[in-house]
Amino acid sequence: MPCTQSQGQRNLEGYVGFANLPNQVYRKSVKRGFEFTLMVVGESGLGKSTLINSLFLTDLYSKDYPGPSLRIKKTVQVEQSKVLVKEGGVQLTLTIVDTPGFGDAVDNSNCWQPVINYIDSKCEDFLNAESRVNRRLMPDNRVHCCLYFIAPSGHGLKPLDIEFMKRLHDKVNVIPLIAKADTLTPEECQLFKKQIMKEIQEHKIQIYEFPDIEDDEDSKLIRKIKERMPLAVVGSNVVIEVNGKKVRGRQYPWGVAEVENGEHCDFTVLRNMLIRTHMQDLKDVTNNVHYENYRSRKLAAVTCNGGVDTSKTKNQMTRSPLAQMEEERREHVMKMKKMETEMEQVFEMKVKEKKQKLKDSEAELERRHEQMKKNLEAQYKELEEKKRHHEEEKSNWEAQQRILEQQKLDASKTMEKNKKKGKIF
Amino acid sequence: MLAGNRKCITARAPEKVGEGARAVPLAGHVGFDSMPDQLVNKSVNHGFCFNILCVGETGLGKSTLMDTLFNTKFEGEPTQHNQPGVQLKSNTYELQESNVRLKLTVVNTVGFGDQINKEDSYKSIVEFIDTQFEAYLQEELKIKRTLHSYHDTRIHACLYFIAPTGHSLKSLDLVTMKKLDSKVNIIPIIAKSDAISKSELTKFKIKITSELVSNGVQIYQFPTDDETVAEINSTMNGHLPFAVVGSTEEVKIGNKMVKARQYPWGTVQVENENHCDFVKLREMLIRVNMEDLREQTHTRHYELYRRCKLEEMGFKDTDPDCKPFSLQETYEAKRNEFMGDLQKKEEEMRQMFVQRVKEKEAELKEAEKELHEKFDRLKKLHQDEKKKLEDKKKSLDDELNGFKQKKTAAELLQSQAQQAGGSTTLKRDKERKK
Repeated sequence: MPCTQSQGQRNLEGYVGFANLPNQVYRKSVKRGFEFTLMVVGESGLGKSTLINSLFLTDLYSKDYPGPSLRIKKTVQVEQSKVLVKEGGVQLTLTIVDTPGFGDAVDNSNCWQPVINYIDSKCEDFLNAESRVNRRLMPDNRVHCCLYFIAPSGHGLKPLDIEFMKRLHDKVNVIPLIAKADTLTPEECQLFKKQIMKEIQEHKIQIYEFPDIEDDEDSKLIRKIKERMPLAVVGSNVVIEVNGKKVRGRQYPWGVAEVENGEHCDFTVLRNMLIRTHMQDLKDVTNNVHYENYRSRKLAAVTCNGGVDTSKTKNQMTRSPLAQMEEERREHVMKMKKMETEMEQVFEMKVKEKKQKLKDSEAELERRHEQMKKNLEAQYKELEEKKRHHEEEKSNWEAQQRILEQQKLDASKTMEKNKKKGKIF
Repeated sequence: MLAGNRKCITARAPEKVGEGARAVPLAGHVGFDSMPDQLVNKSVNHGFCFNILCVGETGLGKSTLMDTLFNTKFEGEPTQHNQPGVQLKSNTYELQESNVRLKLTVVNTVGFGDQINKEDSYKSIVEFIDTQFEAYLQEELKIKRTLHSYHDTRIHACLYFIAPTGHSLKSLDLVTMKKLDSKVNIIPIIAKSDAISKSELTKFKIKITSELVSNGVQIYQFPTDDETVAEINSTMNGHLPFAVVGSTEEVKIGNKMVKARQYPWGTVQVENENHCDFVKLREMLIRVNMEDLREQTHTRHYELYRRCKLEEMGFKDTDPDCKPFSLQETYEAKRNEFMGDLQKKEEEMRQMFVQRVKEKEAELKEAEKELHEKFDRLKKLHQDEKKKLEDKKKSLDDELNGFKQKKTAAELLQSQAQQAGGSTTLKRDKERKK
C-alpha cells in the first residue's frame, strides 16, 4: 500500500504561479453563473414585496406580475418567482419564495407547515439529485435565506413569531427584520430591538450569525452591525428628490424617510450583508449545515430505523448506509454461525443421549436375557442332578432288588434242595 | 411559460442553471457582482489542494522536474532500479505564495518499468487512483459526513514521462496510458528532452501524438470554452507532448542566475522557451488550468468511477417502469431485499436442521425396532428352551413317580413275604403248583 507522508511546510525559492489559482476560480465561477433563493415570510401588509423590489432594484412584482399580497389567500401558499439578473458580467438566478397568507388567518396553528414542507422538499430534490447514479449538473434550489418580517408593534415578539422561528432555525438561515421601521422612533426602535433579541435568546432561537471576516477593518464593521440586530427596514419603489438627489423613500407631510439613509433605517446594512458580503456564506451554511442535517436525519431514518441515539447508532452514523448494511450482514453471518454451532451441539447431544439410551436398554435386555439363560441352565443342571440321583438310586435299588431276587432264588433253590433231600417233615 | 414561473413548487428541476427564469433589468447597482469575490475569498481562506501523480521509468528525472516546477527541494533519495514491483510513494507539502495556501501532494511511481515482466506495472497505479476515489466516495456516502473539511487525495493530474528515445512510444507506455486515460487527466511529457535535437523532437512529437490517437488514448486537452484562455490553451494543445528539462542547479547567464544544465558544448536553460517547453508546462499546469484539472477530476473521472461502483452494487436510477427512484426508496428497497435475504438464509438453516433431526430420529427408531426384534427373538428362543425344560422335568417327574410306585409296591410285597416267613415260599410253591 502506498505510504503518504506529510512533509510539512516548504519554502519556495521563486515564483511558481499557483497564486493565480484564485483568478482561475473567479473565472470559472463567473462562467458558471450564480444562484440564490431567498424566502420572505410575514403577515400581509408588512411590505415584503416592496422590500424585495428595493433590495434588488427591480420590479420583481409589478403590474404584469403582481405580488402575492394583492391576491386574497385563504390558506398559506408557497410561491416562487425566478428572475435572471446581470451585473458587471456576473449572472445571478434569483428565486424569491413568498408565503402569502402566512399569519393572516384567525387560527394560525401550523401555518408554518407549508413553509417547512417547501424547504424540506427542496432539500429532498437536492438529495435525490445528489444520490443518483447518473449525476448531472445539479441546480441548487434550496432555500438559502429566510427573511422573517416582524410587525413594528414596539413591544416584543408575538407568539407566532417565536413559534415560527423556533421551528425553522435549524432548517434554514433565519434573518429577522423589523418591517415598516418608519413607524418607530429611534428610541422606540432601540428598545424594541433589545426586547426582541432578549426574547430570541430566551427561546434559544438560532438566527443567522454573520461570521467574522479575517480582515480587521471589516470585522469591526461586522461587530457594529451585530449590535444593530435585528435590522429595522423600510422599503420603497418610489424615487423622490431630496436636496437635489434622487433617492428611494417614503414621502410624508413631515418629511421623507429615505430607504438608503443609515440614520433612517438599516436597509443599507441589510443589503450589504445579504448581497454584497455574505451571500456566499449564506449558501455555504445552507449546504454545510442545514442540508447536511436534513440529509443525515433522512438517511439515519432509513438505516437505523429511526433508532434511539445510542452508541450503536452513533457508530452507524459514521458509515454510509451501504457500509452499514455490510456491517449488519457480517454481524448476521456471525450470529448465524453461532446459532448453527449451538444447534449442532444440541443436536449432537440429543443424538448421543438417544444412542446412550438405546445402548442402555440393549445392555439391560442382554443382562436379563443372560440372567434368564443362567436361570435355565441352573434349572437344567438341577434337573440333571436330580435325574442322575434318581438314576443312581434306581440302579442301586434295582441292584438291591436283583440281590434280593437272587437271594430269594437262592433260598428257594436251597428249599428245593432241602426238600429233595428229604428234609420234609 | 412566464406565467408558469409562479407555480407552487416546480415539478421538474431545470436542466441548466438559469433555465425557467425571466430576465429583469436592474435600476441601479445592487452589488451581487461581488459574488465571485466572495467565493474566491472563501476558497482562499479555506486553502487549496492539488495532487500530482508522476508516472515514468526510474531515472527520467521525475523528482527533479517536480523540484523545478515548484521551486523547492522536495523528496529525498533517488531510487535504485532493483524494485520488485511498482510502488506508489506519496508526499504532501504545504506551500504558500502571497496569500494562497496550497496543499500539494506529489505521488511518485517507484520501480516503474524496471521489472523484466512489466505486465502488471499499471495495476498498482490504477489501484492507487481507485483507492483515492473510493475514499472520497465512502465519505460522500456516510450518513454524517464532513465533505467541507475532507482532504481530497484524488489525483488531479498525471504527468506521464516518456523516455527520450526519439523514435516512438514504448508498448509499456501505450498500455499504461490506455489504462489510465479514463481515470485521470494525463499530460504526457518528453523527459530529459535535452538529449534530442530540435528536428528529431518535432518528428518525435508527431509520432507520439499519432500513436496516441491511433490507440485511442485520451489525453487531457486544455479547455477552450472560456474566451479568456481559449486562445492560449488551444495553442498549447498543439505543443503537446511538452519536451521538458528539469534542473535545480543555477548557472550564470549574462548577469542573471538561471536554472540550467551545463554541458561542454553549451548550457540548456530550463526557462528558455527555445530550449525546452518547461515554461509552457508550468504555465498550463499551474498558472492557467490548475482549477480546471481539479474540476475535470471531480466532474468526469470521479463521476465515472462512482457510477460504475454504484451500478456494481446494484443501484439504479429508475425502476423497470422507468419511474425515478428517490434515494430513500432505493435504500429502503435495498434494505428490505437485504433483510429478506438474511431471513431466508436463517430459514434455510433451520429447515436443514429440522430435516436432519427427522432423519436421525428415523434412523434411531429403526435401530430401536431392530433391537426389540432381536430381543423378541431371543425371548422366543428362551420360551422354547423353557418349554423343553418343563417337558423334561415332567418326564423325569413321571419317571420318579413311576419308580416310587414301583419301589413302594415292591417293598410292600417284600414285607408281606417276610411276614409270612416260609408261607411266602409255600405260597409261592402253591402258586407254583397251581
